[in-house]
This record gives sequence, C-alpha cells and structure tokens, in this order.
Amino acid sequence: MFLKFSLRSVFNGAGGGNDIQWCFSQVKGAVDDDVAEDIISTVEFNHSGELLATGDKGGRVVIFQQEQENKIQSHSRGEYNVYSTFQSHEPEFDYLKSLEIEEKINKIRWLPQKNAAQFLLSTNDKTIKLWKISERDKRPEGYNLKEEDGRYRDPTTVTTLRVPVFRPMDLMVEASPRRIFANAHTYHINSISINSDYETYLSADDLRINLWHLEITDRSFNIVDIKPANMEELTEVITAAEFHPNSCNTFVYSSSKGTIRLCDMRASALCDRHSKLFEEPEDPSNRSFFSEIISSISDVKFSHSGRYMMTRDYLSVKIWDLNMENRPVETYQVHEYLRSKLCSLYENDCIFDKFECCWNGSDSVVMTGSYNNFFRMFDRNTKRDITLEASRENNKPRTVLKPRKVCASGKRKKDEISVDSLDFNKKILHTAWHPKENIIAVATTNNLYIFQDKVN
Amino acid sequence: MTRMMFARGLKRKCTEDEEAAPSYSRQRQSLLDMSLVKLQLCHALAEPSLCRSVLIANTVRQIQEEMTQDGAWRGAAPQTTGRAPLDRLVSTDLLCRSVRDGAGDGPAAPAPRGLQSSIWEGDGPLEDKGSFQKSLDQILETLESNTPLSVDELFSDVDSSYCSLDAVLTGVVGGAQSGQDGLEALAAMAAPAPSTSCKSDLGELDHVVGILVET
Repeated sequence: MFLKFSLRSVFNGAGGGNDIQWCFSQVKGAVDDDVAEDIISTVEFNHSGELLATGDKGGRVVIFQQEQENKIQSHSRGEYNVYSTFQSHEPEFDYLKSLEIEEKINKIRWLPQKNAAQFLLSTNDKTIKLWKISERDKRPEGYNLKEEDGRYRDPTTVTTLRVPVFRPMDLMVEASPRRIFANAHTYHINSISINSDYETYLSADDLRINLWHLEITDRSFNIVDIKPANMEELTEVITAAEFHPNSCNTFVYSSSKGTIRLCDMRASALCDRHSKLFEEPEDPSNRSFFSEIISSISDVKFSHSGRYMMTRDYLSVKIWDLNMENRPVETYQVHEYLRSKLCSLYENDCIFDKFECCWNGSDSVVMTGSYNNFFRMFDRNTKRDITLEASRENNKPRTVLKPRKVCASGKRKKDEISVDSLDFNKKILHTAWHPKENIIAVATTNNLYIFQDKVN
Repeated sequence: MTRMMFARGLKRKCTEDEEAAPSYSRQRQSLLDMSLVKLQLCHALAEPSLCRSVLIANTVRQIQEEMTQDGAWRGAAPQTTGRAPLDRLVSTDLLCRSVRDGAGDGPAAPAPRGLQSSIWEGDGPLEDKGSFQKSLDQILETLESNTPLSVDELFSDVDSSYCSLDAVLTGVVGGAQSGQDGLEALAAMAAPAPSTSCKSDLGELDHVVGILVET
C-alpha cells in the first residue's frame, strides 16, 4: 500500500541519503508546567492529517486544524491552530468500590471522514464516547413568529408571512457526544482501535477485549478474556490491542510478559486461542529481576501496509514481520544506557512508564519518546537513528534541531549529556506522525510540540 | 548465574571496598522489601494500575523463588563473604515465619504473615477511600480461612469486588428487563463478560450480604 508524497517530503534513503532536517514549528500549552489537568495523555492525527487531537488528564480534548497553505509564500506548511475544545469525560465516583474513575483521556482514535462532520472516539478508563465535530457557518434569520432574540411575537402583530433565510456567521465548531459506550469494562481501558470495516471497533482493558458496533451502545461482544478463574493466579495482563489496517477479522494484543498474540475473529467467537504468538526468546546474559518488567510491551502499532507491526518495551522498539513469530526482524535500542540503572528506575517507578511509538506515512521511519524530553527516530532503510529534544529553547521556526547524544559512560564529550543528568520527570510518552507528510507532534508533560522537515 | 541476575539491574556503589559494598543477598532483600512496600501502596491509591501490581508481584515471586533455591528462605544459607550481619538474619527469619509443613519449595512460597498483615490492616490514607472494599476483603478472607496469606491473595479482593459486584452493576445499568427476581437475573444480564467464576462469586456475594445484614 503506497502513499503519495509531495516533493518536499521525499525521504531519500539511497544515493547519498538526504536525511530529514527537523525544524521547530510550533509549541502549544502553558509555559509553566504546574497544572496537573493539563498533562497531555494522548495525541492523534486524523486520516488526512489536517486535524490533530490531544487528550489530557483533565478529560478535555483539544483539536488543532492545519491552516490551508498559502501557495504564494510556502516557506512552511500550514500552522496548526485550535479548532475545537471540549470536555470529553468527567470524573466519576464508583460508590461500590469507593474508587474514583479518572477522567483522563487514555486514547483518541479518528474515524475516516464520510461527510462534512468529523468523528472521533475518546476513552477514559471505563467509558468510550463517540464525538461528532461539526462546523456551523450560517444561521437562520428572519423568523416569522419570533423576534431576533428568540422571544415569541404577539400573534396579533403578525400580519405578513416571511420565511427565515440563512445568513453567514462566524465559524462555530461544535462537538456533541453521539454515542456513549459504557459499563463494559471492569478493568482499565488501555486501547481502542477502529476496524477497517469502519463499522466496528475494539476496546481493551487489562484482562478483556470487547468488540463494539459504532451504532450500538447497549451491547458489546467479549472477544478476548484472559482473566483466570482464580485471580490469585493472575500473572499477565493485556497492555495494548489494535486491529489490522486491512484485514477486518484480524487484531493483535500485547501483554505484560512481552508477547503479542494475533487473533482471527473468524476462528471462534471467543479468541482466547491465538492464531499466532510472537515472542522473542530471552537473552540469558541479560537476565535480571527486572527482565520481565522491561519486556512488558507498552504499545503495539501495525505498519500502514499491514505487513509489519512495531512493539515498544521499556528499552527498545521491535519490528515484527507478521509471517515470523519467533523473533522480530528489527530491533532498535532507545536508551540502552538505562539498563544499568534499572534498580533506581524501579524505585522511582519510571520503569513502569508506558512509551508509545509510531510509524511515518511510508513505514520507513519509526519514532518513540524517551526521558529528558528526548525523542528518537530510527530509519529502517539507512539504519541511522537520531535523538532530538523538545524544548522551548529551540523556539524559532525553521531552526533546525540539533541532534542530542547521551553519554553512557566514560568521558563525556562536549554537548553530550550524561545519564545521571537526565531529567526523568521530563518524559515523552506520546508522539504522532502526520499520515502523509513529515510533520510530527510530540507531547512533553504539558506542552505539544510540532516539528516539520525543512522546506526548500 | 543468580548473582548475575541481580547485578545487571543494580545501582553500583562507587567504592571498591568489599566490606562497604552490600552483599548480593542484602540487595536482593532490599529489593524484596521495596517491592512489598510498592504493592502496599498500590492498595492505597485511588486507582491502582493492575499491570504495575502484576509486574511487581511477579518480581516478588521471582525473588522468593530464588531465595528458596539459595536456601536463604530458611535462613540457613551459607551465603557470600564472611559473617552475615545479624539484621539480615532477622529479616530472613521474618520471611520464614509463615512457612508451613516444610514445603518451602516452589514459586508459591507464602510471604510472611508478619509483613503481609500490615498490608491488609490498612493504615492512614487507605481507610477513607477503600474502607468498604477492605471490610469486604476481610469478610471474604474469613470465608476461605484455610489458605495462608500470600502475595497471590493480593488480587483476591480485586476479584471479589470487580467481578461479582460489577457484574451485578453491569446488569443493572444495562437495563434488566426480565421478570426474574434476585441476583441470578442480574447475572444473566451481565452479558458483556460472562464467566462461571462470576456466577459462583455471586453465590458468595449472597453469603456476604447476608453476613453484612446480620451484623
């Protein structure tokens, strides 16, 4: 499955290798990082890349829209400006368990556009909602029976008949909840994924995966259930799930033990028996008490082509060929220098951080986040990788970002940063890549950075 | 091999002084203690992450398993260099306290009752939030009083409240329309996640509700 490109976004792997030069484009969010509700918890481009949605800890969704390019002065692609902001989820209290249900948005997934309106699914720990985002740029004026302010006229004063006409008004973007899919998850929802049939979607929590129809809210089908009969025997949970981009009967789910299971819904109603099991044998020389924790997969994403899938565990990114179950075809080390620090990272809980990963539009480059507001990109063709930083210090548009380097041990060179100086509170968990162009969105704790490749 | 297992993930001290550097066993012990504390804190949070709890519990099991193999579980291990410090022996002794009938092998070796009871008794911040859940736990504990407390049982409260009560709730909110009475009807309505354990737990729930009403 190929995607077309504009000339500017061509990434030349061969013939000298024109590496992308990433430039700062925009940053969204407050300058001070104090407000907990502003913590960004998910980032997602829509299918055209024109819209970019973020969800935060306070249950809000903010959608940015790319302004249409000015053909005359195309120094850069259009900027992303706020298009719509709405409160998707509210905090709830589960009285029976005496526990709060967080309003934090765990995931947003866009539906492909079918008409003038846009639709997206947003989810917190327990409830998924389908939102319709529509534009209104005209309003009816000149009612027969009503005044302009809405009050009804005295019927005896109505002597003529007039029909209201639509007049232009300032653009208003409205978000309305169209479906609420609730009460189907006992555990915390970690993933939602829309099927390629665009009619159904799956939602996954720690122990179960449910299949929904977008039109039906009072029923869902349980397709995976790994809850043991005796909860005391629980040793493994589901960490992520995704539908195959082309085969509407196929989906995968990853586990906390580093395995990925591919399931075919045609095989049986309950897909507890996988069709394929992807697992890399453990390297015995690297074995430690933390081996299992760092093997836990925090994200799984199919390539756009559907031929590969990528998984993210604590220290690495792995690319799997769906036809080969016994090991990944490619492995990229994100921050191997942390391997000797695992005990400290366990102590401060950073070892449980769930990093996401993403593909570029042509599946040639993959990206994931790290600490100290660093993020990493791996080019699958050239095998080159780069580390960049999301920071307000590189604030000027069209400033090319300088590659960063972490010094693992020994003498630190100039411009390198040592492992002990890394700020583990500054973590980049969520990143997104525009489906067609070299535009990326990178979320630090409270801010959203947009970077583009250097144009011209 | 076992020494390597831990050494990789461990923060090393700068000093090369043999005596000052903590022994592998002591480090392993402190990792075990840290893990148990983390599990305890899990219960204190409003929304404990099940994934994190499972991973920590698995780590605890691994450590216990290795300690059992080393013989450290029994406190009789001819470990490391020189004499083992007294405090280490004491803590090992604590771990051994709840071991019954000499079956100290295998990964299911129970964690010490001494340490575990503090987890269950719930102090401070836990009381406000989880008080209902905790009293339910204690009631259910009495129902299955034969099994010794173990790290595994940390999930048993998740089981009872999540499965049975939520299954009931799901049925209620989903709009139970049938004419049947009682919890069985609600169980039938809990279509999204049917499982036999849910139904048997509902029987227990009956029992529990009975206990609550009587007291």
